[in-house]
Amino acid sequence: MKLDVRNVAKLANLKITDEEVKKFEIQLSEVLQYVDQLQKIDTTGVTETSQVTGLENVLREDVAKQSLTQEEALVNAKSQHNGLFKVKGVLDNE
Amino acid sequence: MEYTNNKESCAIGNMNLRDLTILDAKEGLKNKQFSAVELTQAALDQIKLQDKNLNAFITVTEKEALESAKHADTLIAQGVDLALLGIPIALKDLFSTKGIRTTAASNVLDDYIPQFDATVVTKLKSAGAIIVGKTNCDAWAHGSSGENSDFGPAKNPYNLEYVPGGSSSGSPVAVAAGMSLMATGTDTGGSIRLPASFCNVVGLKPTYGRVSRYGIVAMASSLDSIGHFTKTVADNALVLGVTAGQDPLDATTPNRDVPDYSRFLKQDLKGIKIGVPKEYYAQGLDKKMQKLAENALGVLKSRGATVIDITLPYSQSAIAVYYIIQTAEVSSNLARYDSIRYGNDRSYFGEEAKRRIMLGTYVLSAGYYDAYYKKAQQVRTLIVDDFKKAFEQVDAIVAPVSPTSPWKIGAKTDDPLAMYLSDIFTVTANIAGLPGLSVPAGFIDGLPSGIQILGPHFSEEKLYHIGHAYEQETQFWKEAPQV
Repeated sequence: MKLDVRNVAKLANLKITDEEVKKFEIQLSEVLQYVDQLQKIDTTGVTETSQVTGLENVLREDVAKQSLTQEEALVNAKSQHNGLFKVKGVLDNE
Repeated sequence: MEYTNNKESCAIGNMNLRDLTILDAKEGLKNKQFSAVELTQAALDQIKLQDKNLNAFITVTEKEALESAKHADTLIAQGVDLALLGIPIALKDLFSTKGIRTTAASNVLDDYIPQFDATVVTKLKSAGAIIVGKTNCDAWAHGSSGENSDFGPAKNPYNLEYVPGGSSSGSPVAVAAGMSLMATGTDTGGSIRLPASFCNVVGLKPTYGRVSRYGIVAMASSLDSIGHFTKTVADNALVLGVTAGQDPLDATTPNRDVPDYSRFLKQDLKGIKIGVPKEYYAQGLDKKMQKLAENALGVLKSRGATVIDITLPYSQSAIAVYYIIQTAEVSSNLARYDSIRYGNDRSYFGEEAKRRIMLGTYVLSAGYYDAYYKKAQQVRTLIVDDFKKAFEQVDAIVAPVSPTSPWKIGAKTDDPLAMYLSDIFTVTANIAGLPGLSVPAGFIDGLPSGIQILGPHFSEEKLYHIGHAYEQETQFWKEAPQV
């Protein structure tokens, strides 16, 4: 199976250089080849394990609690406007 | 190397810091041999003396540490008794600390200052511990050697040309070299047990959910386990009593009592059945490592344990399962780093993070999900069942932590797969959510190696029992690095 590094990088929102494309193609294919050994294992009827605690429906009471102030929430934001996070437009026609 | 000739090390009272345990320090503070301020200052001096060579710390919090120590001295004078009152500790730089930079050893977070403490940090502070700094690690905890840090690799204190193990690389170095008496870590595939083994200290990976993950930079959320490094098993048991327990902010922590782990530190192992998985002693295991593990089993027998051969047939598939599930969860957890709320943009990710994000994105992508992710989760079940069957026969499993002793810095950096395979004996515990304790087991060509003791879910007290009995006989931790 061949991994299209450029396409996967785009899906993952990563910018990579031409040099990295070459390097990652080799390295990631090697890892994928290694994990392919799982295909040989018969898993017919085996349930998937997604968590090991066995805990289910862990809920808390629906009560409001003290949280970060607006000022605190923004202390690490490099781009802000009027007490809000400022982001670039996400739609092309904006 | 000028460093190996440098035998200088700071002392407090009549104890050198590299030989001082938490229990010793508590005794010294209680008997007024030294104050918390003096002890903290000694740890800070040790950092100044040693860390330019070892690179165990990313941030040293001298001012805050001395303030907390002063407060601890006030409490001690009032007769307050807390588990870690006045004890200098260090935190892997994945643990959020309010007002103190937390980088995950990545340039993405090189200026990030959290607005809150991780639950474990709150608990450690409440128990009176003094934070002397934040330790180096592989960026985002991705690695087995510490070399993926954007802040340069930490060095093995027993030989500066060798890796200390990773991903929690700086923490065991800080403990071994006496720069702190305890340091925290995270273990997603071996990141506590491997570096503990390589640095001759005790490292615990608790049961999944035993210790809260809240406020700790997430790597792979179904595998991440929050533990710590100490010189001795007794110190380790003391610390788990502080960090363990249910946390409303982490829904994977069960409502389960936290026992006084120190009560289980016994001398003999009569009636204890130890399983030896034949797959771990098969090909690929270094001959000297095999000898070291056999010696360890001999010690356990001499203390009264019965050693039984067992089989974990699916353990051979563990790395393959791990590199699907872990990378999938990594790609999801690292998706949040968009530089909007904090941190720098995604161009700041290092090579290893990019590799893992891309692998994870690929195995989760449409058309490949069933072949990779679903398949891996099914084999995960088979690995879980392997251990369930084994624990019907035995109380605990003992195996080497790593197939080899520490390697030279640079030896595996261009070969990701070779680096991944160094976790072959440790990832199974994460896949099954089991606790594992790494205990020093001797030296191979001058470099330390440990054995790991694995048990069923929430059997930490049994691991401490076995580890302590073993340590009483062997005392390898006393071979401090000549720093």
